[in-house]
Amino acid sequence: MKSLAELEAIKNRMKNQVGMRKDDDTNTTRIVVGMATCGIAAGARPVLNALVEEVGKRNLAHVTVAQTGCIGMCKFEPIIEVMAPGKEKVTYIKMTPEKAIKVISEHIVNGRVCNEFTIGAEQE
Amino acid sequence: MDFARSTVLVCGGTGCTSSGCQKVMKEFEAQLAAKGLEKEVKMVQTGCFGLCALGPVVIVYPEGAFYSMVKPEDVEEIVSEHLLKGRVVTRLLYDETVQDDTVKSLNETNFYKKQMRIALRNCGVIDPENIDEYIALDGYKALGKVLTEMKPEEVIDVIKASGLRGRGGGGFPTGIKWMLAAKSPNVIGKYVCCNADEGDPGAFMDRSVLEGDPHAVIEAMAIAAYAINAEQGYIYIRAEYPIAVKRLQIAIDQAREYGLLGKNIFGTDFSFDLGIRLGAGAFVCGEETALMTSIEGMRGEPRPRPPFPAVKGLWEKPTLLNNVETYANIPQIILNGAEWFTSIGTEKSAGTKVFALGGKINNTGLVEVPMGTTLREIVEEIGGGIPNGKKFKAAQTGGPSGGCIPASLLDVAIDYDSLIQIGSMMGSGGLIVMDEDNCMVDIAKFFLEFTVDESCGKCTPCRIGTKRMLEILERITQGKGTLEDLDKLEELAYNIKESALCGLGQTAPNPILSTLRYFRDEYEAHVIDKKCPAGVCKALVSYSIVADKCKGCSLCARQCPVNAISGEIKSPFVIDQDKCIKCGACIEKCKFDAIIVQ
Repeated sequence: MKSLAELEAIKNRMKNQVGMRKDDDTNTTRIVVGMATCGIAAGARPVLNALVEEVGKRNLAHVTVAQTGCIGMCKFEPIIEVMAPGKEKVTYIKMTPEKAIKVISEHIVNGRVCNEFTIGAEQE
Repeated sequence: MDFARSTVLVCGGTGCTSSGCQKVMKEFEAQLAAKGLEKEVKMVQTGCFGLCALGPVVIVYPEGAFYSMVKPEDVEEIVSEHLLKGRVVTRLLYDETVQDDTVKSLNETNFYKKQMRIALRNCGVIDPENIDEYIALDGYKALGKVLTEMKPEEVIDVIKASGLRGRGGGGFPTGIKWMLAAKSPNVIGKYVCCNADEGDPGAFMDRSVLEGDPHAVIEAMAIAAYAINAEQGYIYIRAEYPIAVKRLQIAIDQAREYGLLGKNIFGTDFSFDLGIRLGAGAFVCGEETALMTSIEGMRGEPRPRPPFPAVKGLWEKPTLLNNVETYANIPQIILNGAEWFTSIGTEKSAGTKVFALGGKINNTGLVEVPMGTTLREIVEEIGGGIPNGKKFKAAQTGGPSGGCIPASLLDVAIDYDSLIQIGSMMGSGGLIVMDEDNCMVDIAKFFLEFTVDESCGKCTPCRIGTKRMLEILERITQGKGTLEDLDKLEELAYNIKESALCGLGQTAPNPILSTLRYFRDEYEAHVIDKKCPAGVCKALVSYSIVADKCKGCSLCARQCPVNAISGEIKSPFVIDQDKCIKCGACIEKCKFDAIIVQ
């Protein structure tokens, strides 16, 4: 270790791995994937994997990806929900890995909700 | 693996190791592999979470689900339900975290609510065998700051201003100790040592810090070395702590590999290296001069002070010696400032203290609370009270050097000075809770037996004096004591306190003095009425069968190891007092509560 910059580099590289080990959710955006039988059958697992991979790749320390059970609208699976602090929950339906990656880049990173994938778009 | 969606933390402290966490860990790995989840879920073995009574303990993040008493059979359910399908297995959660079927944060439970973790901040959070995880949570940042931005005198000033006092028990101001060691000229070497020879029965704070966060101690020792201008350090740890020794060695190796120990750390002129020295487990080696004698390779015996270690210590060189928990506070003080630290705790005792809760208490484990927390809060709220609806009688703090605090003083705010005032001491942090079934004379005898055993024999007051005190206590517990014995005991205790060579001898009478002070009636019951009120001292109790309640089932007679019970079936049995060895085996078997102890 020859400089503080080296230490900082290790810290940044590791931040993501230890970031989730705390209980305060105030700054964390949660992405929840419906992983009940219906979700898994409709292809939720590749979606989940794509989300996890993308969050890791982009080093998004304040984002956690979690699973949940059946959200109740099995025909719209795979469903994911984005819960950002202080904002309304956004529900995306009929997800694919490609759509999931777009949600990360557009919604999570740039703050633009992908209206075309939301449940509202489907019902209109 | 770069990023995992879930992290499973399994406690790998000594407490959970003995309740089987290794098997649980292996089962997790097997189940995750079977379900193809090993790339998504990260397994981490951490240090102690604190709730040792509920081990093995597993936490799954990001949900923060706290699973307690996890058996290998339960793992499959956790993996397939929680990790695969995202449904928390409520059945296995720590009861208190489940409320109306939702998972409550662990920090809201009674056990954690009043705690504040500084020394233990990384215990149960990081993988102690991975230096990167320590760095991720600001590890070695304090060392970097000290080496690149601060002069040694400035470091000492911060520690002095923080009001940190030695956590090993004495409570000597750490900053002053550093200043004295810094003032001693460095002719041919100075040393920084760490006292990890935790010897109090029932205490395991230092072990848990070293098992859960070894790098914090290494970083702090490097900071101390910079402050006093030393280049070599030693950690003296007992060989009975194999997990701590192993993790410490791994941590030292990793720090060396990263250049955080060794030559020219952070590109500065500062060089520092560390070695581990194993102790054989003698209590006296926790005393600073005996500890250094032992590191030198000689028999661990104390020597008179002065000269103090800061002037003439290890190999007659100026030496700075601090306890594990004291060191664990240092990096946080450097990073957050002295003012932050003084804002926690009481005026004269800043910061927090770690206690090892044991004895008759529901939540056996490790707790860290701000100084000034009352004993009642620790016992009743954090500790969850006394099991089986029994009544609190006393708490013993400070191990064999401390004293017993009676129920009437439950509301005393715990800090260094208040504990000394009531005749006990902080000690290293052992806190043993006793209920109405404990005999205080017997407790004093237990601790005296320990000090008699552990006395090194160098000075007469301790070698002979403690033995004489123990003999008097034995007489009392056998019903052969007199009232003069109590006076003699007290006189002897004060004499030893004043004349013994080292801390071990000087504090050895404390358990007797404090029990005499608060529980004199129990001593008198033993001496005058020849009775042991708690029914513990065997010579003073007798077992008998209440004829009205006895159904004559003969269960007790068959259980008795010395055939002291006889009688006809279906008529009351009797115990032959001459034969009875008072083992209590009969009382456990009787279904009709017909056997009583008097």
